[in-house]
Amino acid sequence: MSFGGPPVPPLPEGLVAVVKRDCPTCELVAPVLGDLHDRADLTVITQDDPSFPADADWVHHDADLALSWHHDIETVPTLLQVSGGVGEQRTVGWSRSEWEQLSGLDGLGRGLPDWRPGCGSLSVDPAHAGELAARFSGSSLRSRRVELATLEDEWEAMWDRRWSDGLPVVPPTEARVLRMLEGTTRDPSEMVAVVPPSLVECTVEKAAVNAVMAGCAPEHLPVVIAALEAVCTDEFNMHGVLATTMSVGPMLVVNGPVAERIGINSGLNSLGQGNRANSTIGRAVQLVVRNFGGGHPGGVDRATFGSPAKVGFCFAEDEEGSPWTSLAESRGWRADQSTVTVFAGESPRILADERSRTPESLTRHLAQALQATVSPRMMLGMDAMLVLSPEHMARYADAAWSRDRFMEELSAELTFDGDDLLAGAGGIAAGLPPTAAGQKIAKFREGGLLVVHSGGSAGLFSAIIGGWANGPRGSDPVTREITP
Amino acid sequence: MTTVLDPTSEQTPAARERATRPESLAGLTVGLLDISKPRGNVFLDRVSERLSGLGATVNRYTKPTFTKPAPVDLRHEIATTCDAVIEALAD
Repeated sequence: MSFGGPPVPPLPEGLVAVVKRDCPTCELVAPVLGDLHDRADLTVITQDDPSFPADADWVHHDADLALSWHHDIETVPTLLQVSGGVGEQRTVGWSRSEWEQLSGLDGLGRGLPDWRPGCGSLSVDPAHAGELAARFSGSSLRSRRVELATLEDEWEAMWDRRWSDGLPVVPPTEARVLRMLEGTTRDPSEMVAVVPPSLVECTVEKAAVNAVMAGCAPEHLPVVIAALEAVCTDEFNMHGVLATTMSVGPMLVVNGPVAERIGINSGLNSLGQGNRANSTIGRAVQLVVRNFGGGHPGGVDRATFGSPAKVGFCFAEDEEGSPWTSLAESRGWRADQSTVTVFAGESPRILADERSRTPESLTRHLAQALQATVSPRMMLGMDAMLVLSPEHMARYADAAWSRDRFMEELSAELTFDGDDLLAGAGGIAAGLPPTAAGQKIAKFREGGLLVVHSGGSAGLFSAIIGGWANGPRGSDPVTREITP
Repeated sequence: MTTVLDPTSEQTPAARERATRPESLAGLTVGLLDISKPRGNVFLDRVSERLSGLGATVNRYTKPTFTKPAPVDLRHEIATTCDAVIEALAD
């Protein structure tokens, strides 16, 4: 239990009971505790009320919960037979037979029920556990400790150190970071990724520190870690995504069972605010890049406008409500695998279509809107993501179109005559080079349009998220499995 | 008082000494690195002419893409074969 921290305080020798007044079972067995003291020299360790069950010298108050924490008390009452300062045998809750067996006495608790379950020990109460672990475990965390003065406002102190994206951050105390690390089975010292622009190795611990600051819950940490692994690949090119004058940020789409398990929203307002997982997971990834990687606006971050996508952008695909294979499946993963796909995306814009009753009509309309991503005259160089809402998906479900059929028909609609898009055509200087004359030109490269199903059940809209330069000269979408 | 864990990489970059500036470019090898932004080559062509006029030998290099740092092999080649380097940064 100890990692080189303070020495383990010994329990009193002989028969010991750990109790608290705020436990009906402990109250129930209070007479038994007195009886055991009289007959077997019991010592009581009380966690809350120092005079429970009696104001006596055989009742010790575990005021700082050090005994309870070090001796792994999870339930009160716990009855222990102590030898050499440690509990060699123990029983939890009230069980007449087990208490009699452990104490070697007969006739305990006459008139009481035979058995009652115990209550949670204060030392494992979620309100205290993190603080106790930080105090007693002789922390294995390696991050530099920074003391914020008593008169300093915590938020202002962290802002002054530029540990922020401009929004308030949660102070990453050791207790909070330890609690965050309970969300993963990985060792805090394990390396996650080499984070640009500083290109320093980021550990699980540093990811957890920033996840605390972003407001994540511990169960969100594995998604943050997988997303960091994904954005810090050469394919995704986080350095370029950060440095570009364009307005993109790493957007996270989560697929598989983890999404529902940890509450990543795929329904109403899925691209918006109000859901903790969606709001904090993407933000945690960005805070690692800002705080750990050193990627601040005005430094390596040279975005002309930036966008809300650069604060944090994470949502889940509604797989249950979709007749299609998921985005992750279309990228070669299994439905039972949990994955995160990262995409260098702008903020979403909406295509409203409340009139199309056939898949053909809606597809043509979507193609018109998709042509305009980044520039209607820019072909092949940029990827995009299309988020089909449930009501738009219904057009395709009704007509039994598969994902493949949709992609095929949409690709056809997104193929244009090069003549119309030449530089200078229509009086617009921007456009394709003369070699495009007489050619058919596709808007997106093969695999360059990512399609997901998400959003609320009402609304004949879909969302389009423009991308950034694709391929080796820019960024490719990357999918990673989310593991504990 | 609140104690928090440092979220940064805890690496204050050590100030690096600049290479000594040459007195003259005559007889030196100067690398010109084109970062692959449009028309950077036009700029570098002219710089190359001027450097040659000053008696320097000019080596030309090109980054595969302006969006990423120069590959380590390219940096190594420039560092080991040139006395100085000029980078065409913008378009």
